Amino acid sequence: MSDSSAGRAGAPAPAGGASAAHPTKIVRLRHPWRIVVAVLLLVLVAAFVLDAAQREAFDWPSVGKYVFDQRISQAAGYTLLLTALSMIIGVVLGVVLAVMRQSPNPVLKSIAWVYLWVFRGTPVYVQLVFWGLLSTIYQSIDLGVPFMEPWISIPTEAALSVFWLAVIGLALNESAYMAEIVRAGLLSVDAGQHEAATALGMGWSKTMRRVILPQAMRVIIPPTGNEVISMLKTTSLVSAIPFTLELYMRSRDISVEIFNPVPLLIVASLWYLAITSVLMVGQYFLEKRFARGVGARPDAAPGAVTGVVSVPDANAPDAEAAIGTKHGGDAR
Amino acid sequence: MTDRTIADGGASAPMVLAEHVSKSFGSNEVLKDISLEVRRGEVLCLVGPSGSGKSTFLRCINHLERVSSGRLSVDGRLVGYREVGDRLHEMHPKDIAKQRRDIGMVFQRFNLFPHMTAVENVMEAPVQVKGVSRAQAKARALELLARVGLADRADYYPAHLSGGQQQRVAIARALAMDPKLMLFDEPTSALDPELVGEVLDVMKGLAKDGMTMIVVTHEMGFAREVADTLVFMDGGVVVESGDPREVLANPRHERTKAFLSKVL
Repeated sequence: MSDSSAGRAGAPAPAGGASAAHPTKIVRLRHPWRIVVAVLLLVLVAAFVLDAAQREAFDWPSVGKYVFDQRISQAAGYTLLLTALSMIIGVVLGVVLAVMRQSPNPVLKSIAWVYLWVFRGTPVYVQLVFWGLLSTIYQSIDLGVPFMEPWISIPTEAALSVFWLAVIGLALNESAYMAEIVRAGLLSVDAGQHEAATALGMGWSKTMRRVILPQAMRVIIPPTGNEVISMLKTTSLVSAIPFTLELYMRSRDISVEIFNPVPLLIVASLWYLAITSVLMVGQYFLEKRFARGVGARPDAAPGAVTGVVSVPDANAPDAEAAIGTKHGGDAR
Repeated sequence: MTDRTIADGGASAPMVLAEHVSKSFGSNEVLKDISLEVRRGEVLCLVGPSGSGKSTFLRCINHLERVSSGRLSVDGRLVGYREVGDRLHEMHPKDIAKQRRDIGMVFQRFNLFPHMTAVENVMEAPVQVKGVSRAQAKARALELLARVGLADRADYYPAHLSGGQQQRVAIARALAMDPKLMLFDEPTSALDPELVGEVLDVMKGLAKDGMTMIVVTHEMGFAREVADTLVFMDGGVVVESGDPREVLANPRHERTKAFLSKVL
């Protein structure tokens, strides 16, 4: 009797040792509407899939035919290469710009500020068109003293292929965004870390490399992962240069051949999705690597239970709450 | 511990010598004409209300702050400057870093490197700054962790250590560079009361082994028991200094009396 009434009222276990003597039965809160909504959605998705499977415009046989076409997989390779190269250059330049913006030297600071102003303030498509016109604007790249015969003169078109123009265009734009991401990461590290390293006799660059950057990485990686995925898709804009061997333009070319744009769009999307998925897995492992020593991970600490029982216990609810909100954020 | 004999050649040069040191942040003068001397092997406790400039003075000693005027030298060498004729030339950051190797510092908030385990924290500076081999540095680090009573916590990350344990790792980390001088900036102020003792015990051990120490602290019991000299600062000046038992029992100045009546 007393048990059931306590359970219904949802009151905390009655005081005293009663609950230990005969355990109270707990009835979990039920969520019937979740199931209703899920079933409804499943029905809708099933209807869409069944319809799509029969619709001729999707032309599934062509999708199957071209999804592993050599031209397409080669184009995906170019897309990946463009993404990788421009991200690498973008990150390196971004770090340099971030450090310049942090520097006490006003000249370096202003240069970085103007750079960011220009490259963040104009559309990347417009920038790419400009890079495409580079060889029209500057016919040759000259090295030497101004107003005198140049020592070396190379025709621009020979020096820079459209592929490299695409890489440069994407990388310079990206570096402006990466600079702000890196700067945020540097600012997130406690000033005491810099002091502790300094007091140990470590120089500025060692302090950055060994102490500040590894901690900043935790803040830098998630938005950088975002940038990589965003870059993967931005590569489809390099047709502005025009560089046409990447995934999107290649699939457009083929769709012109077969007079149907839809299946090749699906093929391109599938490849973009596949690459993005792989990148997300990579990001997960990178984040795990740089989360070393952060937060309460009671089960990860070897033998943490011995001697410091109270510490993990006290932290456990917090940790759970943090994980809970994180998942909530992901779900959205 | 007044009877403790001062280590090698103490008479020749004091470990720390401050002559008319002043320091301003903008128009705010936080240190005003400080002169004091710390002998080799001496333990000096700096006490005073917050904002009295004691932490700033400590940070000047290893050049985390630049003095505005006056001369400050450690082991007979000016800190952060090179004297040429009658001028002081600012040193290159690399040379200042070299000077800092010999001065260990322990912070109020520990400032352990959170992405490294306890033993990695202790190894970091010897490996990166002195170029000691990893194996050698690790052996020494484990020895130092054992000395502060944390041999079984070597592979723990700071987040999994209590405040007292973190501070003891921080002390081991500073000791790993074999400093001639140890600076403690309120080492127990961020600790729960029951954890203060374990850190003070480590510091007492260091004092007994003859380490020259300057300790900014609010622990009057520690000052009375361990310090050779107690310096009371207020408003950026040294109000009074002397034997800790003497100063604590019979403060001569009103300000010292007022402060001690609050903390004792």
